Amino acid sequence: MLSIVVFISLFFFSTGLFLLNANKIRKNIRLGREVNRSDKPLTRLKTMVWVALGQKKMFNRPIAAFLHLALYVAFVITQIELLEIIADGITGNHRMFYFSLGDFYVFMVSFIEILSVLAFVATIAFLWRRNMLSLPRFNKNELLGWPKKDANLILIMELVLIVFILTMNGTDEVLYNRGGSHVAYAKGSFGFSISAWLGPLVFDSFNVETLRVFERIGWWGHICMVFLFLNYLPYSKHLHVLLAFPTTYFSNLQAKGKFSHMKSVENEVKLMLDPNAIPLESDAPPSRFGAKDVSDLTWKNLLDAYSCTECGRCTDVCPANNTGKLLSPRKIMMDTRDRLVEVGELKKGEVDNKSLLGDYISPEELWACTSCNACVEACPINIDPLAIIIDLRRNLVMEESAMPSELAGMLTNIENNGAPWQFSQSDRLNWANEE
Amino acid sequence: MRLNVPTMSEMMAKGETPEILFWVGCAGSFDDRAKKITKALVKILNHCKVSFAVLGTEESCTGDPAKRAGNEFTFQMQAMMNIQVLDGYDVKRIVTGCPHCFNTLKNEYPELGGKYEVIHHTQLIQDLINTGKLGLEGSQTYKGKKITFHDPCYLGRANDVYEAPRALIEKLDAELVEMKRCKTNGLCCGAGGAQMFKEAEKGNKEINIERTEDALESNAEIIATGCPFCNTMMTDGIKNFNKENDIQVLDVAELIVNAAEL
Repeated sequence: MLSIVVFISLFFFSTGLFLLNANKIRKNIRLGREVNRSDKPLTRLKTMVWVALGQKKMFNRPIAAFLHLALYVAFVITQIELLEIIADGITGNHRMFYFSLGDFYVFMVSFIEILSVLAFVATIAFLWRRNMLSLPRFNKNELLGWPKKDANLILIMELVLIVFILTMNGTDEVLYNRGGSHVAYAKGSFGFSISAWLGPLVFDSFNVETLRVFERIGWWGHICMVFLFLNYLPYSKHLHVLLAFPTTYFSNLQAKGKFSHMKSVENEVKLMLDPNAIPLESDAPPSRFGAKDVSDLTWKNLLDAYSCTECGRCTDVCPANNTGKLLSPRKIMMDTRDRLVEVGELKKGEVDNKSLLGDYISPEELWACTSCNACVEACPINIDPLAIIIDLRRNLVMEESAMPSELAGMLTNIENNGAPWQFSQSDRLNWANEE
Repeated sequence: MRLNVPTMSEMMAKGETPEILFWVGCAGSFDDRAKKITKALVKILNHCKVSFAVLGTEESCTGDPAKRAGNEFTFQMQAMMNIQVLDGYDVKRIVTGCPHCFNTLKNEYPELGGKYEVIHHTQLIQDLINTGKLGLEGSQTYKGKKITFHDPCYLGRANDVYEAPRALIEKLDAELVEMKRCKTNGLCCGAGGAQMFKEAEKGNKEINIERTEDALESNAEIIATGCPFCNTMMTDGIKNFNKENDIQVLDVAELIVNAAEL
């Protein structure tokens, strides 16, 4: 009875806490500007199914993709077993679905066990890759400190989780062999693919009492790790397991070369060219051109920031980063999220005189971008760092007039003579008569 | 051969409407290297008797570098003025020799009311060959030569045009060799995003050098591009390695002109 109370309390506490934090994230995302991403729902659904569920873009790097797939499928399928654990926890039963599902139950658990072993191998491989191999993208400046710990912590939590599952099933198997399982006091075997042999191999030397304790440790350990994991997500880069879905659904479906149109500027330019023009339906001019802080970005940019799992494929292909420049598209996403979390902590009406541009992202980073779209192409979940870079540049140029002097000259040339260089427009056709 | 370059105003005066407008672009009009590409394309258009015209002195910068640099005002001023000119001539189709002009006209003008069918010159040339207006049969100029294609970002990733330039290189009976980073994974030449007009930020290497190394690794004898800015960057890169006597940097349009002996 006590265990039921403890379980139900834990269950409500952890889901409640998670929902509270999820709501905070939702609120933070809604600090962003409006952008319409509700068109073409079928194309969007297809994109989500292929890119998030099907992990299409992961397979540009097949080995990593396969390992990631093992973890991912194990994670998803294990949720089925979680249903039973929750049902058992609330009712005080043990393996509730064993008798009602019969062979299918054995098949499901066996399947989960195989996936868990694959996931275990994948996790070890990931830990090794991250800490032993000196892959450049896992050792960039922006990953030092907390981000690296965060990544390792998640992997270790996954290992612990799998150990708990296999302990639970393994000890239960040995108990069943000896007629001491809670499921059935007769002697037998569950016949699960891994624990049917791994259980006796590891636990045969223990007596029934100890095994029962181990079995409970496995069960409680598993569910506690799940609750812990759930509540760790909102603070971690691992949030991508959930947010990859909305992020890909709301992907930019237009040509990557098309930069966003600024309606606010259109009104001003129309009035400049024709003082009699009637301003468009738009209201007052915006408080700011371009983005200085996170609330000037769109909600999609902010959703992207929360969804980024810091894999660094963007930075890996960035021509600026490849040649030693300060810019790292991954850092753009991480900074945006960090700043957003900071802004979200402010009380209503409070300002902290900090901003994304300047305090987190420097002009030097922004001016290193060639707008080549390699980062956007490389992102396994269609995150768009370039959109943020350009919006920040716009603020530098249109609000601060802060830009490299050569660019100021280039812009003056365009305005004066219709070309980025100092050539007269009247000479534009000279080439046709030159030899 | 004397080039025949009609302007829109001349055509209009004669009461004619060309089928397509050739948007030359700033580089194509003023840059000495890029002017050769412009002339190559005109030779092809003349040879195939394509009904075209240029804006000549009525053309102005599309505003692309302003938009990439973050100055939306300058971009929109340019765009609106250009749209007025284009609509004044009732332009329906545009071909450009520059992926930056191509991208801006195609993707960023429609929201300001400028709606045109815009194609890149490699797409037009491909069409001319496919419809039999331009023949390369039996051309020996590039037979068996190793040619690599450097994907301009604003043609490739930005607009998903990867095949037209490659199809043309294959028509030359040449051996198309790919760099390790190509198509969707192509590495930028370093000029995009208004970088062409400024010094690179502090780093340990120039991007065009990194890209030239890719090209050298491919063992190509010719680096083909479809963008005047990529052309400049790759030419500089090749000079940096003192390879200008071994490796040529040519626009796809120039390859076609040479092969067809126009």
